[in-house]
Amino acid sequence: MKTLLAALALGVGCALALPAAHAATPQDTLIEAIHLDDMISLDPAEMYELSTYEVNGNVYEALVAINPHNTGEILHKAAESWTVSDDGLTYTFKLRPNMKFQSGNPVTAADVVYSYQRLTALNKPPAFLIQDLGISPDNMKDTLQAADDLTFRMTVDKPYAPSYVINVLCATNFSIVDSQLLKSKEAKQADGTNDWGNGWLKTNSAGSGPFFIKQWKPNEIVTIEANPNYYGDKPKLKRVVWRHIAEESSQRLLLESGDIDIARNLEADQLDGLRQKGGFDYTGTAQNTNLYMGLNTKNQYLANPKVRQAIRYLIDYDGLQKTALREGWIINQTFLPNGVMGFVDSRPFKLDIDKAKALLAEAGYPNGFPITVNVASTEQSRMDIAQSMQATFAKVGIQLKILASDQKTVITAYRARKHDMALLTWGIDYFDPATNMSFVVNLDNSDDAKSKPLAWRNGWMNPELNDKAAALKMERDADKRKAGYQAMIQEWQDISPFAMMYQQNWVAALSPKVKNFFIGPSNEMTQYLTVYKE
Amino acid sequence: MRRVLAGGGGLLLSLFATFLGLLFVTFVIGRLMPIDPVLAAVGDRASVSTYNQVRAEMGLDRPLWHQFLIYAWKVLHGDFGMSILTARPVLEDLIRVFPATAELATVGIIIGVVLGIPLGVWSAVYRNSLLDHVMRVLGLVGYSVPIFWLGIMGLLIFYLELQWVGGPGRLDVYLDGEVPTVTGMIMVDSLLADDWEVFDNAFSHIILPASLLGYYSLAYVCRMTRSLMLEQLNQEYLITARVKGTPERRVVWRHAFGNIQVPLITVVALAFANILEGSVLTETVFAWPGIGRYITTALLSADMNAVLGGTIVVGLVYIGMNLLSDILYRIVDPRAR
Repeated sequence: MKTLLAALALGVGCALALPAAHAATPQDTLIEAIHLDDMISLDPAEMYELSTYEVNGNVYEALVAINPHNTGEILHKAAESWTVSDDGLTYTFKLRPNMKFQSGNPVTAADVVYSYQRLTALNKPPAFLIQDLGISPDNMKDTLQAADDLTFRMTVDKPYAPSYVINVLCATNFSIVDSQLLKSKEAKQADGTNDWGNGWLKTNSAGSGPFFIKQWKPNEIVTIEANPNYYGDKPKLKRVVWRHIAEESSQRLLLESGDIDIARNLEADQLDGLRQKGGFDYTGTAQNTNLYMGLNTKNQYLANPKVRQAIRYLIDYDGLQKTALREGWIINQTFLPNGVMGFVDSRPFKLDIDKAKALLAEAGYPNGFPITVNVASTEQSRMDIAQSMQATFAKVGIQLKILASDQKTVITAYRARKHDMALLTWGIDYFDPATNMSFVVNLDNSDDAKSKPLAWRNGWMNPELNDKAAALKMERDADKRKAGYQAMIQEWQDISPFAMMYQQNWVAALSPKVKNFFIGPSNEMTQYLTVYKE
Repeated sequence: MRRVLAGGGGLLLSLFATFLGLLFVTFVIGRLMPIDPVLAAVGDRASVSTYNQVRAEMGLDRPLWHQFLIYAWKVLHGDFGMSILTARPVLEDLIRVFPATAELATVGIIIGVVLGIPLGVWSAVYRNSLLDHVMRVLGLVGYSVPIFWLGIMGLLIFYLELQWVGGPGRLDVYLDGEVPTVTGMIMVDSLLADDWEVFDNAFSHIILPASLLGYYSLAYVCRMTRSLMLEQLNQEYLITARVKGTPERRVVWRHAFGNIQVPLITVVALAFANILEGSVLTETVFAWPGIGRYITTALLSADMNAVLGGTIVVGLVYIGMNLLSDILYRIVDPRAR
């Protein structure tokens, strides 16, 4: 039957089609299949989407960066050195001389000032990163200054822990853009204010990194090419191409037939299949993304800490990892991804029906209760987790109803605190524990609060932990700071409105011809400078 | 002449009303969706001031009716607004994605019609023969097997194993951008540029997804042709024709088939529209950057300008197909003139 069908489907095709010879991908070009549909702007001061970080991480340089292979180490990029004033307020960076943008313009302190100012003034999604340091559109002329061509000075509003400030500046949103070029592209926005070249930079690049953006066709393709003006060793590849292939099985077919070099979004089943067949290499790195369930304390049952604790004992962490999730996720029950300063692998919870039963009895619900969970059905693994929970919850009488929808609908409900439970992921904003204080700190639990951290979204506030988090952000002794977060994790785990479950592990399958390819723990850390093909 | 003009005016008016209605319904559905469009634009982490700034930029702080009037006014002036997802004008996006789908659907419908109509006629003439049974089974499979699965299987066999056809995508990456864009249909553009390498490559990429779409419309066209023909074959005028000694081929093709041409036009037009709107899954499996995928992605991200723009285009195609079959009707059927 299959052949009959196929023969018919190709009835016309066979008569006309020449056998399509499969040209191998060109030697100097790396072609990847990946999901690119989140990409909405290439401007580093506007982007907040994962795939954009990977592209711009290879196109721009910032002052500093995290070492992808050792996330505790800071790499000196455009900044050769820096000092912090004794009062902890002023950071002075000495820039590397002889750096150039792709346009050929020199990289100067004035470019850093311009880049940081536009990040502040545009007030796009990543603006909070710099605004959290006390730099605002009103004070940015004074707080961001070029002392000379190669000296950049930044003044923050409080004596923060220097490790925190430097870690924040490693975020790709602090990329240095070509101010001379961008000033020529500036236009008026609808409200009459300057757009800082944002309209142009949305679809172009103006960086000093090893590559520049050649083209971006939304939901289709992104191409970067080697930047001839790059200051360091030149990239070995001439071109890197990301093709948006939404369907994972299509990615596998493309890889198998040699039309792409790397397939980035294969699921566990497909990886198993490829491994059985043989002939490909694999590389995987734990990502800075946690998978967790928010437990909204606005729900009458979840308001009880014993119920929340019981739920943490009703998740089959090990079983799910062995079956549905496999290498895609590794167990992590803390609010920090492994790799971020302050992480400690504390795993107090495992599936324990008896313990959960006892906790529920103490809470006054020996026969359970009905409850719902919002899940993004677009991800099969999330549905698998929800269904597993449905089964384990039933054993203690909790009737779990799964509300499946797309991701954006789940988040809309979550941000409005309209969920009971919600299964979601959270990625860090920068490589510092302060970023994930969203799980801990909530300064205003009212419905119209200005800030809506994850703790707020689950209606939870703990003044004691709020204070501890505030103190750790200022702790100038890096070792003390680290120990403080480790202690906080253990204190928080038993009382929080979350069930932390897994940390993402990103595995790619690649042609053995590709060398030096390494998936960074964070998207911008997937670097192509030294990647080559044999 | 005056009557024709008046008829044309009435037609235009009714088309315009249909169009406005379509616009309004899509707009309201978009606003009723449980997705916050501002959130879709700024993401989960933005500060409150960023959120409010973007909300105002998108005009969402105004009352709903006001938003609709502004939108309708702009659309009538050819301004579909900016897409959140692609950071470009929606019109520019549509000009890019629509030809991709149109090309795919056109090749698909050609396959469906060229094979479907003769097979339908023969199934009717030789009913209950082996051919008729095979066609019935094929039709049934066409209705019951998901195109998604068939697409993957097709790729597995013809792309990976046999290497007869190109893989997902419209072209091999190294040929991307080789021919200048004129119509946006790569096969047409490559012919215009006289670039046969690109044409061959584009053809090898389109033939599998188009055959799949063609197969589904073939099943429909064939079944409809068969039942229309059966109706005719039982009529007395055919017996008369046969008694008069008309050759059987002429009886079938000239007399019977001649009489089903008019309803068949509607069938083909419908099949074409079905391909256009039903190509979403095919576009996903084959990484085809067409309008179906564009609208779906936009919808899931509450990118309402893009959804509305896409819907308008699909609506216009339906209206256009209706118009076209009306015109063909008049040409084929003298009574309708």
